[in-house]
Amino acid sequence: MDLLEYQGKQLFARAGVVVPEGEPADSVDDVVAAAGRIGYPCVIKAQVLIGGRGKAGGIKVAKDEGEARAHAGAILGMDIRGPRGEGPFRVRQVWVEEASEIDAEYYASIILDRSEKMPLVILSRMGGMNVEEIAESDPDALVRLHVDPLIGLTHDDAAALAVDAGIDEDVVEGVAANLVQLYGAFNDFDATLIEVNPLIVTSDRRVVALDAKVTIDGSALFRHEELAAIEDPPEDPQERLAKEKGLTYVKLDGNVGILGNGAGLCMSTLDVVANAGGEPANFLDAGGGSKADAIVDALEVITSDEKVDAVLFNIFGGITRCDEVARGIIEAYERVDMDVPLVVRLDGTNSEEGLRLLAEADLEGLHNAETMLGAAEQVVALAKGSG
Amino acid sequence: MSIIVGGDTKLVVSGLTGREGSFHGLRNRDYGTDLVAGVTPKKGGQEVDGVPIFDTVKEAVDEAGANTSMVFVPARFAAASINEAIEAGIGTVIAITEGIPVHDMLPTYWKAKQAGVRLIGPNCPGALSPGKANVGIIPAQFFSPGSIGVVSKSGTLTYQIGNELKQAGLGNSSIVGIGGDPIVGSDFIDILELYENDPETELIVLVGEIGGDAEERAADYIAEHVTKPVVAYIAGFTAPPGKQMGHAGAIISGSSGTAEAKKKAFEAKGVQVGRSPSEAAQIAAATLA
Repeated sequence: MDLLEYQGKQLFARAGVVVPEGEPADSVDDVVAAAGRIGYPCVIKAQVLIGGRGKAGGIKVAKDEGEARAHAGAILGMDIRGPRGEGPFRVRQVWVEEASEIDAEYYASIILDRSEKMPLVILSRMGGMNVEEIAESDPDALVRLHVDPLIGLTHDDAAALAVDAGIDEDVVEGVAANLVQLYGAFNDFDATLIEVNPLIVTSDRRVVALDAKVTIDGSALFRHEELAAIEDPPEDPQERLAKEKGLTYVKLDGNVGILGNGAGLCMSTLDVVANAGGEPANFLDAGGGSKADAIVDALEVITSDEKVDAVLFNIFGGITRCDEVARGIIEAYERVDMDVPLVVRLDGTNSEEGLRLLAEADLEGLHNAETMLGAAEQVVALAKGSG
Repeated sequence: MSIIVGGDTKLVVSGLTGREGSFHGLRNRDYGTDLVAGVTPKKGGQEVDGVPIFDTVKEAVDEAGANTSMVFVPARFAAASINEAIEAGIGTVIAITEGIPVHDMLPTYWKAKQAGVRLIGPNCPGALSPGKANVGIIPAQFFSPGSIGVVSKSGTLTYQIGNELKQAGLGNSSIVGIGGDPIVGSDFIDILELYENDPETELIVLVGEIGGDAEERAADYIAEHVTKPVVAYIAGFTAPPGKQMGHAGAIISGSSGTAEAKKKAFEAKGVQVGRSPSEAAQIAAATLA
């Protein structure tokens, strides 16, 4: 789960990290009211889950009420694309905060290093750009420290890292204190990523987190009710429906709807369909032990996407029983309006019984395939035929 | 021989009194695995189909001689259960549970490492040595004894490949699911080392997927340390960046962790990569022929 900047800053504040004072707002009037309380000049920042907001015109300084009103009007409702063309993301909320006088901009992050199985702290005196640019332009300006999870980040280690990074001497202690607090937030809030860019030194030499990028481990939300509560439902209608039904679904661009059991087999099915010249419309993992109800839900989600011209069910039954899947398909035909062809490949546990049930039901538009490759070719031909 | 599980496995199942735990634990026993105990706090003294239940893993080790533990408890309690097995002196811990928080697994990984305990998973289907022992949820009927060692991040994809190998008349020394989480106890490299030293294994099939760099590191390791032929398959060529594809670890972050990069890493080190599960199985069969 990715947090918006202001949500990340609120977590930072709880962990003792200094952040500028601010308020969230979602209308022009609220922005003006918030700015009045915070004082001018203030900064109005678009709250979307994407980098490059400044360049896109999503961050503006307001010197007075007139500017606050004008900027709020321009930013709220605007669509922002990411540096790699991601999105667009519609701005529904802004964060209004006190303007900071900046003496120096640093970069700090804590990521989960999967290879080393340790958190990795990265610090640089060259903040404001992205970390790849710093690594390229001045590799020595980027220092790293792996943290033993059984010990944690000590203040002395953090201070030594700050010295290594060439941080101004008078703020080494302040930066170290911030790193230790950020590490605390990383642990306490089950984050898998914390990035502060920039971590600034103000003109009165205080260390302040001016931005916040935080990703929380979705598996840990059960112990962070306050974070689970602010998680927005997905914008995509199919992804939203799938989430409500507890299905693992990812929307893609194509017209071949896909269901597989198991994440690996499902990913592999997308690849095999693409190799056969088709374009997958989605990823949907029906999971191990898929029961009939889950199959009905899955078909409902897949076919609610109007782009879908044909659907492929690729099931290799291990724990999942193919007869259960067949029952689900038969039930889905009764409950869901199936107006696109469905190719079914059933193999593995109880596949004979599953195929017998399907043959008996004699469903219109249902095609059996014996192999995964054959099924992919068949569904691609059907999807092209109807398009 | 075989790896991870075999004739000398004495299994204790944490969570044997639960629905899933008893279903799979007893299924493992039916296959021939020596299931010596179950562990559920406060249920010590009970039995599940003749298998004694203890309050603690320590008792299962001391009184029933357990040397391998399978963890089947719910995600929020699973890391504690793995820790308990590590502290009780278990040699091999196989964690099936999906959805364990990463910050629970970080310290647990290092505890296992420091204690010299082999941890497989979490979020994995377990390990099977055909004809000897099965610990986990792998459907054993699709695999027969033979000389191909399989190591995989995925469950069903492994069954798919195993079934194709079986139809080609080929069997397996062992099948090990290492799991699809960001932090897993054993990586590809750890299992490759075991297969390299296992006299029964003649060829290794490695099944990877997007996310992380375990495949890239495996490719380097193979080039330097593995003399046996390795055939790889990677899932997720069509996966978009930034989207989690089912497994918690299956996510392309920025431009790293793509299937294409993994395929190139293998091919650069002379490892053949199948374009589909079938092709991977065919390459393996042709290599052994």
